[in-house]
Amino acid sequence: MVLAGLARAITGVRPIWQGSAPQGGQRIYFANHASHGDFILLSTCLPPQERERTRAVAGADYWRRNRIRHVLARDLLNTVLVERNWIERSQDPMVIMLDALKDGHSLIIFPEGTRNMTEEPLLRFRSGIYNLALARPDVELIPCWIENMSRVLPKGAFLPVPLLCRVIFGAPVGLEPDEDRHAFLARSRQALLDLSPERQRELDHG
Amino acid sequence: MVETVWLFLGLLAILTAASAIATMLTWKNTRNGDVLPATLANLNARIKAWWIMVGAISIAFLFGKGGVILLFAFVSFAALREYVTLTHTRRGDHWILLGMFLVIIPVQYYLLWIEWYGLFAIFVPVYCFLAMPALTAISGDTARFLERVSEQQWGIMLSVYCLSHVPALLTLAIPGFAGKGLLLIAFLIATVQGSDVLQYVFGKLLGRHKVAPRISPSKTWEGLIGGIVSASLLGAALSWLTPFTPVQAGPMAGFACIMGFFGGLVASAIKRDRGVKDWGHMIEGHGGMLDRADSLVFAAPVFFHMVRYFWT
Repeated sequence: MVLAGLARAITGVRPIWQGSAPQGGQRIYFANHASHGDFILLSTCLPPQERERTRAVAGADYWRRNRIRHVLARDLLNTVLVERNWIERSQDPMVIMLDALKDGHSLIIFPEGTRNMTEEPLLRFRSGIYNLALARPDVELIPCWIENMSRVLPKGAFLPVPLLCRVIFGAPVGLEPDEDRHAFLARSRQALLDLSPERQRELDHG
Repeated sequence: MVETVWLFLGLLAILTAASAIATMLTWKNTRNGDVLPATLANLNARIKAWWIMVGAISIAFLFGKGGVILLFAFVSFAALREYVTLTHTRRGDHWILLGMFLVIIPVQYYLLWIEWYGLFAIFVPVYCFLAMPALTAISGDTARFLERVSEQQWGIMLSVYCLSHVPALLTLAIPGFAGKGLLLIAFLIATVQGSDVLQYVFGKLLGRHKVAPRISPSKTWEGLIGGIVSASLLGAALSWLTPFTPVQAGPMAGFACIMGFFGGLVASAIKRDRGVKDWGHMIEGHGGMLDRADSLVFAAPVFFHMVRYFWT
């Protein structure tokens, strides 16, 4: 609650519901990722009840590296921690995420798998989002474009620069019958990219 | 102060009248079950926002100098935030951007509070002007260097330096006008904002010939001339708020309003360049803080220096 208020005061964030309504069933929100502020900004935009039950999926290798981070991630931010490293991991991330869904939580995931530090607007998607869509077709997958947060709190920065932010929520993306992993990853990535202001401007002009 | 009471009673009367007319128009347009026209919905939102803005200014006035300085520091913050959002920034600019919000705004308004005019007048145009590109250069990122540095300078000049000249009117020692600086601020805001409203009204009623069709389709010669002339008359009528005689107050108000018009024009040009309609969404019906403050940005420093030159 405090974090949401702070996020609002600094970024004046506005949700744009474009293709989906603020209220709905259980959901998985998937978004572009360039800043630690991303998921706080996204959850700030959700109606209070939905915000209560929504948890972000974050990388355990990063958030368990030291005590402070771990306490932050577990108690303050209430994240679902999954291990990203294939070889060393002890628990399957899919099991952890599906358990959280089974408990009735909505999830926020960043399918790029890490913070995007390149000039590219969006990295290639990892396959987790496909596995989730396959396992839980009843849960809506909502693309959410987070605008400007990477400028407010870039990687390595501690204090946020106050800039106006928006989160654009698009129409749900579902797995089509017979759609393979590659096709779905490309399609869901495009659905998210289409919400970005640059793409919207192009779409408007022809 | 008797003048303050009259001023706020007057504002209350004008806003009440505006609300009454808007309510009547809304009722007339919707009584047959019709949908409210967009212009009228916007008018309602604008009037509602005016109540809030006048309320905020009144509260600041109750707290005197400190209140007004804090209010304008906040206006600068909101305006700068809207401005920087539209500029091109890179990761290397993070510390400069933080400094603009966390150092330059507080320092500029603190200098007003302690009334150190000498430094207030040059802090931004000399020290920040030189320090900001130096720090940007140290960050080592030269991509679009000139563009980034110029945009930062502009943002600070417009949203902090120029705007801070509104509360700076409090620091002027005008003979025979001691302790009445707040009224001079009220005069400036009332005439410049009044001129915006009057230009809008005259433009809607009589507007035919566009001043700068490529920049702003809503600015017409009829609106401009009608607005400036009527705002000058308003200024002359409000001369009891100022150290000016009515004959002086009219041209002073007119001059501030012409500057205000240019402020709006420049702001429109920037918005057009960046492909946005409004600076933000802070003030319902008006757009962002800069959509409302753009005219004050240009009017305040010129008005301040004219008063300083001729009356102190």
